[in-house]
Amino acid sequence: MATEGAAVHVIDVTVNGVPHSTAVPARRLLEHFIRETLGLRGTHIGCDTGNCGACSVICDGQLIKSCMMLAVQADGCEIETIESLGDGPDGLDPIQQAFKEHHGLQCGYCTPGIVLNAKTLLAENPHPSEAEIRRALKGNICRCTGYVNIVRSIEAAAGAQGE
Amino acid sequence: MSTPSGETTYYPEVEQSERLGAWSGKSVPRKEDKRLLKGQGAFVDDLWMHRQGHVHFVRSPHAHARIVSVDVSRCEAVAGVYATLTGEEVGLLQQPFFQMAPEPAGLMKDYCLAVGKARYMGEPVACVLAESAELARDAAALVEVVYEPLAVVVDGIATIEPQAPVLHEEIGSNVAWHGLYDYGDVDWALEHADHVVRIDRLHFHRFSSTPLETTGALVNWDPGTGVVEFRSNNQMPMFAAMFIGPAIGLGVDHMQFSSQDIGGGFGIKITSYTYLTALALLSRKAGRPVKWSESRWEHLVASAHGNERTFLDIEVPVMSDGTILGFKVRAFDDAGAYLRYEPLGAVIWSQVVPGNYRFKHVRVDYTETLTNKCPVGPNRGYSRLQHLWLIERIVDVVAKELNFDRVALRKLNYVQPEEFPYETPNGCIYDSGDYPAMLDQVLELIDYEGARARQLASAGSGKRIGIGIGSTLDSGTNNFGQSRIINSALPFSGNGEAAVVRLDLYGEVTVTIGTSPQGQGHETTAAQVTADILGCSPDQVHVVAGYNKAANTYVGFSGTYASQFAVTGLGAVMGAAERLRGEIVKVGACMLGAEESDIELADGFVRLAANPQAAIPFIGIAATVFANVAELPGELADSVTLNCRYVYRPPFTVPDHETKRGKLTLTYASQVHAAVVEVDDETGQVTILDYAAVDECGRKVNPKIVEGQVHGATAHGIGAALYESFEYDADGQLLNSTFMDYHAATSLDVPHIRTGEIECPSPFTPNGAKGMGEGGGAPLSTIASAIEDALPHGAHIVYDTHNNAERVYELLRSAAAAGPRGVEVVSR
Repeated sequence: MATEGAAVHVIDVTVNGVPHSTAVPARRLLEHFIRETLGLRGTHIGCDTGNCGACSVICDGQLIKSCMMLAVQADGCEIETIESLGDGPDGLDPIQQAFKEHHGLQCGYCTPGIVLNAKTLLAENPHPSEAEIRRALKGNICRCTGYVNIVRSIEAAAGAQGE
Repeated sequence: MSTPSGETTYYPEVEQSERLGAWSGKSVPRKEDKRLLKGQGAFVDDLWMHRQGHVHFVRSPHAHARIVSVDVSRCEAVAGVYATLTGEEVGLLQQPFFQMAPEPAGLMKDYCLAVGKARYMGEPVACVLAESAELARDAAALVEVVYEPLAVVVDGIATIEPQAPVLHEEIGSNVAWHGLYDYGDVDWALEHADHVVRIDRLHFHRFSSTPLETTGALVNWDPGTGVVEFRSNNQMPMFAAMFIGPAIGLGVDHMQFSSQDIGGGFGIKITSYTYLTALALLSRKAGRPVKWSESRWEHLVASAHGNERTFLDIEVPVMSDGTILGFKVRAFDDAGAYLRYEPLGAVIWSQVVPGNYRFKHVRVDYTETLTNKCPVGPNRGYSRLQHLWLIERIVDVVAKELNFDRVALRKLNYVQPEEFPYETPNGCIYDSGDYPAMLDQVLELIDYEGARARQLASAGSGKRIGIGIGSTLDSGTNNFGQSRIINSALPFSGNGEAAVVRLDLYGEVTVTIGTSPQGQGHETTAAQVTADILGCSPDQVHVVAGYNKAANTYVGFSGTYASQFAVTGLGAVMGAAERLRGEIVKVGACMLGAEESDIELADGFVRLAANPQAAIPFIGIAATVFANVAELPGELADSVTLNCRYVYRPPFTVPDHETKRGKLTLTYASQVHAAVVEVDDETGQVTILDYAAVDECGRKVNPKIVEGQVHGATAHGIGAALYESFEYDADGQLLNSTFMDYHAATSLDVPHIRTGEIECPSPFTPNGAKGMGEGGGAPLSTIASAIEDALPHGAHIVYDTHNNAERVYELLRSAAAAGPRGVEVVSR
């Protein structure tokens, strides 16, 4: 029996600035391409149905859920994962620093997706209100924090950005 | 017991450390955060081993069916399939898992794959190992299972009727456990009370805190050494070992458990031992490491759910001044298809028999039953939150039916601050607290008077305002001896945790603990207390991340569960750090030519208190002991290791099986919540307008971490109250088994949570802390209370923990129907 979707296609995709020209099975999801093919394990899997956002990455500047996209669909795209962040002092960028200062994470499983969410939000809207932050976070489920400190962290990151 | 002076003493006196303070009590940023923020955590699905295969489980689509045959031949013929394992093989390879229930339920034969019969939808019946996860899944579709469907029972009470299909023939009925808890004299109370309030039925629904990371494991049965390595996210590995070892003939010395980062647990990851067992057998058969990552669907249908409980025939004796004397109730707890942590839940609720109240007379006729649903496992607030919700419902219903003010009624009946330590009717000791002060604070946080004014102003607007209160306990540090109340033959009692604190060659302070954290910040808080005791900074303390049976230390109770780390985990760390401190002082005194009493530790140096210039850095101590030891007198060299282990043991005795009395938990953190909700008269939609939680958990080690736990527990409760409920149909099909339809609460569902705190140090713990983090399910009580407050006059009482728009709509309409309200009052 041939595995369904085993037909292989070569895709050209840039991930965190590094170009990859790689053969992938047609059925392979972008999240599995990132995690298994490229070995970037900061992108997590939480639900398989596009609800939880643990697999969020930035694709051509937009926040997407990498479980909702086939790797072949990313052909020609530029992807940013959590591994692209954190060149600042202490190895954390200002958003990550704000999450650390405001206890915006507990188990850390949703965190990469949420940090990328915050990054795209603040790029589009540098000074979001609490309601705007909460609306932006709707597609990223966190089971630990009750979102309160995530909102605080993003507010703080926005404040720091404005300085 | 009483001392000769007549003063009641509850536990042996605890010496509280005087060294805590420089770092403990401060919101030190977490040591864990950097790696997690950078995506550098090591979760179980991030791990791999050379030659590993990927596992897919074949699961029963039926809730109850005889397994006629399982044919794996087509599956095994697929290139790239390494092995399969079926229930039939498991029946030969595995002894049934150890059962904690007494007979007859203790006769239950539970295996890691269904043997002969499947008893819930999603129960694994076979598994497939293949070179990729995709191939394993495809090949699993070729496993041909012939089922003969059987009658299904999903109702936790109807299941004990004679006509109900029996799940486990060897038990002979669907009763998992039954017992009567009878404290005080409830018959006398009912006879002498001025009023008796009778409530027909209350129902606590089935949900799960469903961690964002599902269950997973990488298991390797090493054919050379016979050692089985379990790299998993099980959150109570020594408990898992107790089940896996006897089942497949492994000594504990041949089981290696480890985990680094765990993506949330909330108790749900305690009972994954059944899967770990199947994976071990599959690895042995295939001669390969096996890797399994559960899908969300699998997690929701077949990992573990929280306990569902129905309360019938509640009778509450109340005096005319509002004093509630207690209550009687029949409780039916639905364990699902197997007992994997149960029937411990049948006793664990009794840690909080009277809730926050001075009830003296309580009778609970408790039955745990089996149904064709996913087995339950501990879920945040485990077994206590069901009982605490019952109590808060009782208090609100009494207030409403007898026209008492809900706030005043609570204050009148609360255990009063001056009564601590307080002995409950079943001999538990509440260590400390001030519930009236917490209630005052939480009402201030939601501007109670203002909310009442808004409520009045909203009349007739179609938006009804309701205000709710929920007071709960978060009992922590279990006495496992309580298991003997459900089965006198069980060989468990007490509790404990182990830690090692050592000084390494270059003066590094390293801490290992037996716990398996899932986001609670153990690396940080352990570093804080160690830094205090050794006179250094938390940055100088390396706390080894995660659980590792071989590399770290452990005891039989090791793990992270049941609100206890601040007491047991940190108790162990403090004890070990004190021992290391003693050794450092001894060596330092010798090297400085001083008496030990002249020595102090500060800034990572050993120095003379009178002359801080005379100082030796930790590296000097360590390097001398490890690499320059001939410089030391032989007697001293022989007496130090700089590698100090300590086991913290709470001062428990064994509870009494017959009377069901004893000291079941060491600490009682508490929470009082309040909410203002808006109920849409047309749709029944509930919107939270304001929410506040006041927490008391003794002396805090890291206030920010504590507040985070309060937020998280609150969000779980709010989610369960309004959005999250497992719904089975009559055929035992779970109707909401993905995050599409099991609605895990989002950032728009959980409101901003105001927090407040008071501090009542525990007199029974070495640091004054109390375990916390479960929150007692306070939002379930609070939101039920708020909805009831919003309902029109004459409406049915709020009778369920889960109140989605549909149910609230019915409650709103019940007033006009003028039917039974689920409650009646008899006054004399």
